[in-house]
Amino acid sequence: MSTTSVTGSGRPGFVWAAPALAFFALFALLPMLAVVVLSFTAYDGLSAPRWTGLDNWVRLGSDPLFTESLQLSFVLTGVSWVVQTAVALPLGVWLAGRGRSRAVLAALFFVPLLMSSAAIAVLWGTLFDPNFGLASVLGPLVGIEDGNIIGSNRYAFAAVIAVIAWQYMPFHTLLYQAAARAIPAQLYEAALIDGAGRWRTFVSITVPQLRDTIITSGVLIVVGSMTTFEVVLILTGGGPGTASRILPLHMYLEGFRSFDMGYASALAVVLLVLGTTLSLVIARVTGYRRMTSQREGM
Amino acid sequence: MSATTTTTGPAPGRDAPPAPAGPPRPGRVRRARPNLVGGLGAGVWFVVVAVPLYFLLVTSFRASSDYLSDGPLAVPSGLTTDNYLEVLSSNFPRYFLNNVLVAAACVAIVLVLALPAAYAIVRSRSRWVARGFTVLLLGLAVPAQAVIVPLYLMVTQLRLYDTLLAIILPTAAFALPLAVVVLSSSLRDIPGELFEAAVLDGAGPGRVLVSLVLPLARPGLATIGIFTALQAWNGFLFPLVLTQDASVRVLTLGLWDFQGQYGTNVPLITAAVLLSLLPLLVVYLLGRRFLLAGLTAGAGR
Repeated sequence: MSTTSVTGSGRPGFVWAAPALAFFALFALLPMLAVVVLSFTAYDGLSAPRWTGLDNWVRLGSDPLFTESLQLSFVLTGVSWVVQTAVALPLGVWLAGRGRSRAVLAALFFVPLLMSSAAIAVLWGTLFDPNFGLASVLGPLVGIEDGNIIGSNRYAFAAVIAVIAWQYMPFHTLLYQAAARAIPAQLYEAALIDGAGRWRTFVSITVPQLRDTIITSGVLIVVGSMTTFEVVLILTGGGPGTASRILPLHMYLEGFRSFDMGYASALAVVLLVLGTTLSLVIARVTGYRRMTSQREGM
Repeated sequence: MSATTTTTGPAPGRDAPPAPAGPPRPGRVRRARPNLVGGLGAGVWFVVVAVPLYFLLVTSFRASSDYLSDGPLAVPSGLTTDNYLEVLSSNFPRYFLNNVLVAAACVAIVLVLALPAAYAIVRSRSRWVARGFTVLLLGLAVPAQAVIVPLYLMVTQLRLYDTLLAIILPTAAFALPLAVVVLSSSLRDIPGELFEAAVLDGAGPGRVLVSLVLPLARPGLATIGIFTALQAWNGFLFPLVLTQDASVRVLTLGLWDFQGQYGTNVPLITAAVLLSLLPLLVVYLLGRRFLLAGLTAGAGR
């Protein structure tokens, strides 16, 4: 009797975790449930939501903008993954090496990490300005005569993807840099003795050793790209026309510009399902535990 | 045999190294050779990162008339601090103060809530704590955009619309799962014997938390504090949707506003961007290592 009470009294109960859980439930879980309910209503943000059954969901099926925004979101995600991984992985590995110049470069590379999406979008907005920005000078050099990159149907979305890559590449480089430093040096020494060249070493040792980081970084890029929002809103507003209107932006514009919050809720549910499913699937396929344990290591 | 001079790949086989011929060339030579491809790639990326940042810095000190007449790439004929003075005489200081308030409140809320939760997760045997942790882990994947409509409804119902609290509460809530995950993983490193010794000395959970966990959790608390502050400082969606009045505007929205208002005055805008970045730059320069650790810990977003 006394022993159980001693061991029992030393351990914290549910009470200690309850405030955090309650707070999180109120501002994140409850809205998650509410968005599903709201997707079955008409709601303009002022008067009370009115039940309309499946109306929003039916509309979703025949909304060409929804299909287009979904496609754009997938393109953004895919291209971001390829581009960011292809640059961040080798760059991170290179930065993991010794040398003063690398340390100095690394310090500079990571500055964009500090900038808010808004600051980055505003900065690039001035750079892309067709009249007063860098684009007016550089545009003609690359064949865009008027320099109006973000005003062009063809290049606006590519510019958005490039700016997002500029923003997030440092972070993924940092992940790879940390992981590359953790690769045991003996592996490289053994490869050297075996006479493997630099490329061979990179392909046969470095990349396989970074497998977990490639997964972690990939999950973050996928979920992050699916929910990117500010940069596109500020840089192009989804335009020209609807050329860069990705799903989160479509949702925002429907809800808070057209005040059709019921329909926006249906779009949000799609976003929610897509985001959580993607991350759960990737995490399940690859093993979430390995992911978190790796994060602990840094 | 002349082929030996051109070997870059796998030529010196296993039997080659102990060759008596001349100085020890094989492996060591290759190791000392600078990584040209890597260096070149890093150089290209250096240009991609440095040019916009250089543009940002230099333009912010240029006179607006010079910028218009000489173009964005011209070497500035003179530098001026007028842009900064003009930004500072606008609403900007107000936005800045709002940002400080939001960031400080978010950090306070997250630290106060996350520490006991992480402590319970690491030490409790309650099944409900374990379930709660699973919920928080799932919460890592919830995108803020997906719940912004109901949050808007909630905030208006609570009559919090257009208050700083409307920004603070959801921002803190969305920073919480990651903070708990990071903090509990750092608390797991505390040896169990320390807890047992404290309990044997008659300490209850509250006492253990204050006298044992709190001092040992400092690095973890610093990490989540930095990350929460950074996230709150750079927050955009919650302020955008949950506030409207200039009196509660934060820097990120202020910048956007600025761009709309002074779209043609590029030097003024770059000065505003740099000012919004200033506190983070100072933190970065003072505690780079610390900050980077905080950022990688924040990998979940």
